[in-house]
Amino acid sequence: MDRQHKITCVVCPRSCVGTIAADGDGIKSVSGFLCKRGEEYGRAEVTSPTRMLTTTVRINRAILPLLPVVSSRPLPRDMLLTCARHLAAVRVEAPVREGDVIVKNILGLGVDIVAARDMTVYEGARFD
Amino acid sequence: MNDFYDVVVIGGGPAGLAAALSARRHGAGRVLIVERDRELGGILQQCIHVGFGLHRFREELTGPGYANRYLRMLADTTGIETMIDTMVISLTADRQVTVVGPAVGLRTVRGGAVVLAMGCRERTRGAIRIPGSRPAGVFTAGAAQRMVNMEGYLPGREVVILGSGDIGLIMARRLTLEGCRVPAVLEIMPVSNGLTRNIVQCLDDFGIPLYLSHTVVAIRGQDRVTGVTVARVDDALRPVAGSQFDLACDCLLLSVGLIPEVELAREVNLTLDGRTSGPVVDNRRQTSLPGFFAAGNVVHVHDLVDFVSEEGEIAGRWAAVFAAGGMGGEARSADVLPGEKVRSVVPQKYVGDGDHTGQCRFYLRVSQPLGRCRVTISDRTGRRLASKRLPVAKPSEMIEIDVQHSAIEIEKGPLTVAAEGV
Repeated sequence: MDRQHKITCVVCPRSCVGTIAADGDGIKSVSGFLCKRGEEYGRAEVTSPTRMLTTTVRINRAILPLLPVVSSRPLPRDMLLTCARHLAAVRVEAPVREGDVIVKNILGLGVDIVAARDMTVYEGARFD
Repeated sequence: MNDFYDVVVIGGGPAGLAAALSARRHGAGRVLIVERDRELGGILQQCIHVGFGLHRFREELTGPGYANRYLRMLADTTGIETMIDTMVISLTADRQVTVVGPAVGLRTVRGGAVVLAMGCRERTRGAIRIPGSRPAGVFTAGAAQRMVNMEGYLPGREVVILGSGDIGLIMARRLTLEGCRVPAVLEIMPVSNGLTRNIVQCLDDFGIPLYLSHTVVAIRGQDRVTGVTVARVDDALRPVAGSQFDLACDCLLLSVGLIPEVELAREVNLTLDGRTSGPVVDNRRQTSLPGFFAAGNVVHVHDLVDFVSEEGEIAGRWAAVFAAGGMGGEARSADVLPGEKVRSVVPQKYVGDGDHTGQCRFYLRVSQPLGRCRVTISDRTGRRLASKRLPVAKPSEMIEIDVQHSAIEIEKGPLTVAAEGV
């Protein structure tokens, strides 16, 4: 089955809207992107779109009850919500350093979830 | 207790951190940062998404990650004191800064120079005058962002967002990831002023509808929001009769613009720019009152934190020079004016550089969307000092243009920054 995908490129502010025709065997044609990077972005959006994930996990003994976390690499787009809901149940202990692995190989996707900032032990923590 | 600091920086966000580090690097012996939050980093700490630092660090950092770079530099620097959980309650023209906080009590310090780095505030429901009752559940998007990303509360479960600026778009995704439903993002203008990337990755990815040329005409609910009435608007932004429909929700977020936080600037009667709503500054980021400098979103609301840091560095450097008594040259200045198709430009004054080498960066916003265009800066004689071609220009995206200091002759001012389609 042939399908036409309209893809808005986000690589630069020009925001080209390209058209990609694809069927079950793969991409048949790409048009409308003004540069090579846009074309590559368009292809990836049709075949295997990925996104960085940022969310928070609960943290004990820190100045705030939440630690921001980020994926070490982009994740499959359709797994973002599942991963975020998985992380909603995670709880860690201060201290944490930026880059510490919080969840290794999340849901077997081959991507780690790491701390996005340092958080020291805070004596006056209110949220334990 | 010695209450004199060479440079007092008000605000510990990206502008203030960069200003303090830069002041220290440029010879200020004793620098103070006053921050009203319990931590440094400012708004970056709640902006947990990625996209920060591409210019400055050549990588895409989260907001807290970007802040952490500066906090580590601060930890490696001596001579910078910080007062957190501390609020500046008054400021005088002779640079006395009165602060109050649980750790310091009530105290007045004096600065050899002062850097204003208070950032900006969100426009509120009052600012856009939405009719209806006044139930709980109406928040500005940035306040909700802090609740969700730092404090661990959700502002609601079914959340309608009014305004499609980047904060509104990012909150639509954020709340969806936290398990809320976002039935709609509404935008009164016919185009969104958010980045295309955010429209795609925050709305399209999650199937959240964006209603352009629509606004909220009533908020319903007594104790708690139960819904909003939405209407389409015409070219004059007036609601169109008969186009109303209701959306059920328990929360309304407003992402309807940011304005520089100039309360303290007013206290010392700094000249303000009606276009940016921030203080008028020269290329050294000195305001209309000698010894007072300003940087970041308090001067004009930026799109990129990288440029906030850059502006902080300029302000900090010259504040240190002023404190050491080495400032000169303000007597001669050229105004910098927005010309054709340009809404605002910063700095608004040019006084030259100490050694007159290198280049001066001007930031501008166009007044209307343009396709392929050229931005120019010219002096009174019509001589073009710099020019830059762009594939596209939008009012929502700040443009920078660099001019060689050696190309500018102050007596040939004012300088005019203009844009034209090509």
